[in-house]
Amino acid sequence: MSATPLRAATGAYDVERIRRDFPILSRTVHGKPLVYLDSAASSQRPLAVIRAVDDYETRSHANVHRGVHALSQEATAAFEGARERVRRFINARSTREIIFTRGTTESINLVAQSWGRSQLGPGDEILITALEHHANIVPWQMVRDATGCSLVVAPIDLSGELIMEEFHRLLTPRTRLVAVAHVSNALGTVLPVAQIIAAAHARAVPVLVDGAQAVPHTRVDVQALGADFYAFSAHKLYGPTGIGVLYGREELLAAMPPWQGGGDMILNVTFERTTYNELPYKFEAGTPNMSGAVGLGAAIDYVESIGIEAIAAHEHCLLEAATASLCAIPGLTLIGTARHKAAVVSFVLAGIHPHDLGTILDAEGVAIRTGHHCAQPVMDFFGIAATARASFACYNTLGEVDKLAAAVRHAQEVFR
Amino acid sequence: MELKDLYRDVILDHNRRPRNFGRLDPADAAADGHNPLCGDRLTVSLRLSGDTIEDIRFEGKGCAISTASASLMSEAVKGRDRAAVQDLFGRVHALLTQPDAPADGSLGKLAALSGVREFPARVKCASLCWHTLNAALDQGGTISTEGGNESSAEAAP
Repeated sequence: MSATPLRAATGAYDVERIRRDFPILSRTVHGKPLVYLDSAASSQRPLAVIRAVDDYETRSHANVHRGVHALSQEATAAFEGARERVRRFINARSTREIIFTRGTTESINLVAQSWGRSQLGPGDEILITALEHHANIVPWQMVRDATGCSLVVAPIDLSGELIMEEFHRLLTPRTRLVAVAHVSNALGTVLPVAQIIAAAHARAVPVLVDGAQAVPHTRVDVQALGADFYAFSAHKLYGPTGIGVLYGREELLAAMPPWQGGGDMILNVTFERTTYNELPYKFEAGTPNMSGAVGLGAAIDYVESIGIEAIAAHEHCLLEAATASLCAIPGLTLIGTARHKAAVVSFVLAGIHPHDLGTILDAEGVAIRTGHHCAQPVMDFFGIAATARASFACYNTLGEVDKLAAAVRHAQEVFR
Repeated sequence: MELKDLYRDVILDHNRRPRNFGRLDPADAAADGHNPLCGDRLTVSLRLSGDTIEDIRFEGKGCAISTASASLMSEAVKGRDRAAVQDLFGRVHALLTQPDAPADGSLGKLAALSGVREFPARVKCASLCWHTLNAALDQGGTISTEGGNESSAEAAP
């Protein structure tokens, strides 16, 4: 699918034109225009992605890597084309380093089960941060319980920033892996991953980065960053659900045992012995999600057609506007005030539980996330059970920021 | 879907000033309830005389629907025996979940919860306290709206 330039002739960011690419944004909810502010949970898909998936399903579907017939070859070309598209997007050296998974969660579990269980034992430590999503906590607890290694948590401060002195202190000769979010899903904090990776590499410790919340908002170059593993999902990047990526440095992946057995991950099977396939197929057991991969490829094309830097600049304007108009509301407290943030505003309101706020905003057509955001330790740290979270994407407008603030004030009226 | 059907004055009042809020100590029975999806937690403690609830307190953190529902429940079940509580829960559950449940005059102030059925995502908020009360009457423990229920001996009388 060819990408059309989306910048207006003036060079300004043409958000109205972008909105027309997303069919769902023209619908109403409870009779009100949809104001979708939950893209950190899952972003919407542009027509280019919907059509690419539809086109694949309509014309080219068959199983990959198997048949000599035309459809199998077309499907394989589409699937492997998407892998190459991902490689270029994150600047990996080779497509052997791009493993398709179901999403960020499965990517992290793959590393935990394969690398973690084969490399770690009693006395070893995995260092994570207090900002992690459950997907970057629970897999490591499972490895800890299976191997006897320990899980160490670097603390955050009240603004939601990682305390770097503590991180450095906790990075010790016992540390065997650092696993950190690039961007916190609950608070929007952008972590200093380059600094974290440099410190870990100085001790020859590999680093896994959970990039689920970063990839849609910032240019990720895995070689420049030096990440050993980088995980992300398509559905937060305007792509389909059920498909994601694990990038891994080839030397590490080559030495890791497969974690699931089955078709596609083998070269030769007898009842006595199996020879595993080469990278990346060694880690892709079973028939993969081909249409999902095609959709991810189209989503990357779409993002690049706007420009990730242009998207980031637009989202930063939205973040500043939302921060200013929400902070002007009496009784509202922002949770997460890091200096460097992605376009996420998490907040609590005196006297109104986030769950009630979510319902009242929904009645106004405003979709936000309320709850613990799969980051209960973050909520515990701030002594709260839940927050309301508005998250912004390429298609949100300053007008929607105003609607959010107006809906919050309306909720205060309801609860007066 | 009308917001004012959900947030009626009775609900807002019981959210602002929950009745029977706190904890009975000692209690004859108690249980914890948890809705992991929204983080709501509450504890119900009871003083019993045979099968009858002599006194009840609840405490915890929750949304307006969960707090008001617990407050209304605490008023409604005081002085009732186990069978009467079960009967009442059955009728409240019908009120919360059945699309055209007929008006049940015997529910009293609990009828204020009828708006919840227009908001399916909020039914669990309103029913958490009832499940927790049931767990307390079943000799304590912890219940969760998301399964994985566990029983613990510590809350038993």
